[in-house]
Amino acid sequence: MASALIHMPSTAKPGEIIEVRALIAHTMETGFRPGPDGKPLPRDIIRKFECRYNGKTVISAELHPAMSANPYIAFYIKVTTSGPLEFTWTGDHGFAQTEQKQLLVQP
Amino acid sequence: MKTQFAFLLALIITHAASADSVRPYGSDTGLPVSERKSGTEYMSPATQQMQRDDTQNPAMLWVANGEVLWRTAPLEGNGKSCVTCHTDAKTSMRGAATKFPRFSKSAGKVITLSDQINQCRTGALQAAALKAESADLLALEAYIALQSRGLPLTPPGDEQTKQAAERGQKLFTTRIGQLNLSCAQCHDNNAGKRLAGAPIPQGHANAYPIYRLEWQGVGSLQRRLRNCMSGVRAEVPPYGAPDLVDLEAYLALRAQGMPLETPGVRP
Repeated sequence: MASALIHMPSTAKPGEIIEVRALIAHTMETGFRPGPDGKPLPRDIIRKFECRYNGKTVISAELHPAMSANPYIAFYIKVTTSGPLEFTWTGDHGFAQTEQKQLLVQP
Repeated sequence: MKTQFAFLLALIITHAASADSVRPYGSDTGLPVSERKSGTEYMSPATQQMQRDDTQNPAMLWVANGEVLWRTAPLEGNGKSCVTCHTDAKTSMRGAATKFPRFSKSAGKVITLSDQINQCRTGALQAAALKAESADLLALEAYIALQSRGLPLTPPGDEQTKQAAERGQKLFTTRIGQLNLSCAQCHDNNAGKRLAGAPIPQGHANAYPIYRLEWQGVGSLQRRLRNCMSGVRAEVPPYGAPDLVDLEAYLALRAQGMPLETPGVRP
């Protein structure tokens, strides 16, 4: 399955507030649903989402079983300098995914 | 005693008469064009927005996957991929999804878009067919159908497809299951009203495959049809069954001219 889709502008002006949208493919199995054998399916969720801008954490979120599959997270950041935005999702069973997007900031 | 019996008889007769007075279904292929509404119009503004905005639409994850599959040769095949014959899907697949189901000479029957994908795989690519309702098949279907977004549905007019649509229409209006309901009783006679909390749409298949929030994933039209069938407690035909293809053919005719919305989002 395609992993993650990130939408944000590739260029911005210094001091501008930009919207970042991150969508990731994940089943987000709650751990409360019964499987075909009647026993609960083991929990398999993303536990944490983090975005770093130039190495500095700009948003960090904890995710829980009540969240939908393929979680979509949108947020705003004020940009100052050019640099990479690094997105990481970590979760159960060693799930870890990192995506990177470059942002060019110029007047 | 005699009057009591007559009363009972009258009661039975009125009951039977009221069942008969339901207006006849399937006298045409659906509503007048001006009264047709896509399922989108029955959704909440938030869900509509989710479908309208590709950056919010979770089905785009499947589309992105489909784009990769389009260019990637199956491992066990002959090294060819979709792109070998069809080149860029953006131009070659424009309008393709609006012309299904259609009669295929090589298959000797009416086929759906997913049948066509598998026909290419087993034929030109010499690879195994993708499993019905598998993530890869849905991804390819969503990617191909996306290329026709906004184009009107134009079901082909060949004789076999027309016959399939006729059979499909008959199925649409036939009562099935323990609840003894036909598709038409909800989607023709009671469209726009509510079934429990959920609005009943007119039953136009113009956004498939869809991302259904209840499914938490993408599913095909046949999954939706099977869903309704198990909902009325009828025997559910397997994926690819002739009845389901016939119903698809009828639904294409029913939604003829409506713009394709794939990938749709539904509650």
